[in-house]
Amino acid sequence: MTDTAHTSPVLTTQDGVPLKVSIARATRRQKFRAFLLVSPLLLFILITFTAPIVDMLYRSVENDIVSETLPETVVALEGWDESSGEIPGENVFAALSRDLAIAAEEKTHTRLGSRLNYENPGMSSLFRKTGRRVGRMDEGNYTEQFIDIDADWGAPKTWQVIKQFSSPITAGYFLAAVDAERTPEDGLQFKPSDERIYLFLFWRTLLLSVTITAMCILLGYPIAFLLSNLPMRTSNLLMILVLLPFWTSLLVRTSAWKVLLQQQGVINDTLVWIGLVGDDSRLQLINNQTGTVIAMTHILLPFMILPLFSVMKTISPTYMRAAKSMGASDWYAFWRVYFPQTVPGIGAGSILVFILSIGYYITPELVGGTSGIFISNRIAYHISSSLNWGLAAALGVILLTVVLVLYWLYDKIVGIDNVKLG
Amino acid sequence: MKLKSLLIAATALTMSVPAAFAEDMTIVSWGGAYSASQNNAYHKPYMAMHPDVNIINDESSNEAVAKLRAMNEAGNVTWDVVDVVASDAIRLCDEGLAVEINADEELAPAPDGTPASEDFGDLLVSECFIPQIVYSTTFGYRTDMVGDTPPTDVCAVFDTEKYPGKRSLEKRPINNVEWALLCDGVAKEDIYDVLSTPEGVDQALAKLATIKDDVIWWSAGAETPQLLADGEVVMGSTYNGRLFSVIEEQKQPVAMLWDAQVFDLDGWIIPAGLPEDRLKRAMDYIYFATDTQRLADQAKYISYGPARKSSAPLVGKHADLGIDMAPHMPTDPENAKNTFLYNYEWWADNRDDLDAKFQAWLAQ
Repeated sequence: MTDTAHTSPVLTTQDGVPLKVSIARATRRQKFRAFLLVSPLLLFILITFTAPIVDMLYRSVENDIVSETLPETVVALEGWDESSGEIPGENVFAALSRDLAIAAEEKTHTRLGSRLNYENPGMSSLFRKTGRRVGRMDEGNYTEQFIDIDADWGAPKTWQVIKQFSSPITAGYFLAAVDAERTPEDGLQFKPSDERIYLFLFWRTLLLSVTITAMCILLGYPIAFLLSNLPMRTSNLLMILVLLPFWTSLLVRTSAWKVLLQQQGVINDTLVWIGLVGDDSRLQLINNQTGTVIAMTHILLPFMILPLFSVMKTISPTYMRAAKSMGASDWYAFWRVYFPQTVPGIGAGSILVFILSIGYYITPELVGGTSGIFISNRIAYHISSSLNWGLAAALGVILLTVVLVLYWLYDKIVGIDNVKLG
Repeated sequence: MKLKSLLIAATALTMSVPAAFAEDMTIVSWGGAYSASQNNAYHKPYMAMHPDVNIINDESSNEAVAKLRAMNEAGNVTWDVVDVVASDAIRLCDEGLAVEINADEELAPAPDGTPASEDFGDLLVSECFIPQIVYSTTFGYRTDMVGDTPPTDVCAVFDTEKYPGKRSLEKRPINNVEWALLCDGVAKEDIYDVLSTPEGVDQALAKLATIKDDVIWWSAGAETPQLLADGEVVMGSTYNGRLFSVIEEQKQPVAMLWDAQVFDLDGWIIPAGLPEDRLKRAMDYIYFATDTQRLADQAKYISYGPARKSSAPLVGKHADLGIDMAPHMPTDPENAKNTFLYNYEWWADNRDDLDAKFQAWLAQ
């Protein structure tokens, strides 16, 4: 065997086909069969999960509504200089009247109005009002007729907004998602300070998620240690106590925290009864960050305990004994021998808890008040209430990117191989 | 043999059932006591008259606009009739997601022959919207926490010295900024003019800032009644029907503060894009459910005022409690001495902008 390998430069099978080709041929069928086996699941995930998400994320830049609703106007506006401080010429107004007449018939003008209203308040009623009267316009002198319907048509700002958002792809939603806006001179600037909210919320989401993760480590580590060192019978019983809340409905647990934490609630009542706090200075434990951190730490705790437990279970007690027999103190043996072996468990638990909490929505909504809400609460608001799906998608893309970047950083610093679930 | 004939019988039975089953019509509403009142006043009599229709209740009204938009994009509208507030109806109409309805041709006239458009009057705020009830957002307070001088003025909300304790307000600018300006000395008729200026918005937020630390912000209508019942707040805003049930049905020590209540409307829309037969059925239901007697019937179960003028004299007693409902209506002259009418047009334009400012202010 070794002789033939040395004499011929390429390994071949008996009938002279190169071995590589032959193996590939033989495994092709196998690979194909394996692919066929997973393909239903792959297809299912592509259709029901990936495609809708990609479609939703694409909305963060999509903006063909303006050029579709006002095709002639958009073309006519190309000749207008938006920094001139003057309104466009008669040809643009004439084009607008033709576009709007069609749009009003198809009832798409109000849809465009609500789209542009995100950029400039007042556009919604401007389009609604104009759409009602555009059918009754006379031939000629459109500029005057439009301004007669609403003086806003005579304001350069209205036209700047239409021109600025006439391209089929826009960065507008992403700008809004980082509290920025375009200046009329096409530069970028931050919004006035009383309208900035998203960067701050992203920051708060990260900060609170880190706090929650740290709390979970602090509380989860001793429990996992206890569980893994008790005899099987007791530890199983305790394990059920960890899992029971895990299986309970999220809403039930959150509502239970409401009952416990409110000012006339169980905890405050007890504290007043034993005289730790006065009746008139009851603690504010809910509807703020404290409430969010407490409730979410409790809800996410099992995600920390379970990986920690399964890692600690595999650590042989003989290591600690060996360390102590060689003269290490309890603390020294724990810190230098036991703890390093549990780091993969902490890593796995932290990733789980952190990534879950960064996208959490319902618990902050219910117990967070105003200072304890997350960016996901604003995303939900824009999806279901303000209907600004473009902005919601942009915020979602940013959140997803932040998570991926943090994951990458984690891989660089701790190493993803250093994570164990058991 | 026996098994075989049993199987055949069972198969025959299951095959014949669909023919006997009525066709489903999905009606979307708010759930709770409100859906129950609609069920009693509209759905049950309608199904009794039309055994071929089976009404399914869906409780998704609070996210109706988003869901209708998604259904419309997917090209599969599964709802037949949807109950929404007026501002949502305006947005649905703007986006082409609701059918336009000609009130005089497609709705029942009043018993004396007055056309529907006159009977509803100004309440037809959108071409797509058929108003059903007038409700109001107003304040309730704990009678045992306000001492001997119960509040009679909405500005008591801002008076933390006389009425210490937490208050609950809705977590959105609508209504709150109006009340703030009203209590900051702005005349009622000037409020929206003032709010249209950046200084006006600042003024409203500054007034709200005086009680910011004393406010619990709610987002679901059920929260204030719960907070009042728990004694967590001394007063709070919510919908008047919710307060009615806390006061009259659950007998909690709570009373109404009718001052500067904000009127709003709730009613039906029919989603755009329904197939012909379902649209026809939905229109038939709407014709029935919004006639004079039906609107008056609903007031037997919940304390919201019927939207038709001709229904008002027909409002009777509560179906279970047997108390007169008229004095509990937001439209009752005794309660409506000082009311505030919400400006739909203004909010449709400025909602997004003001909401961004309000949320930024809240987060600070």
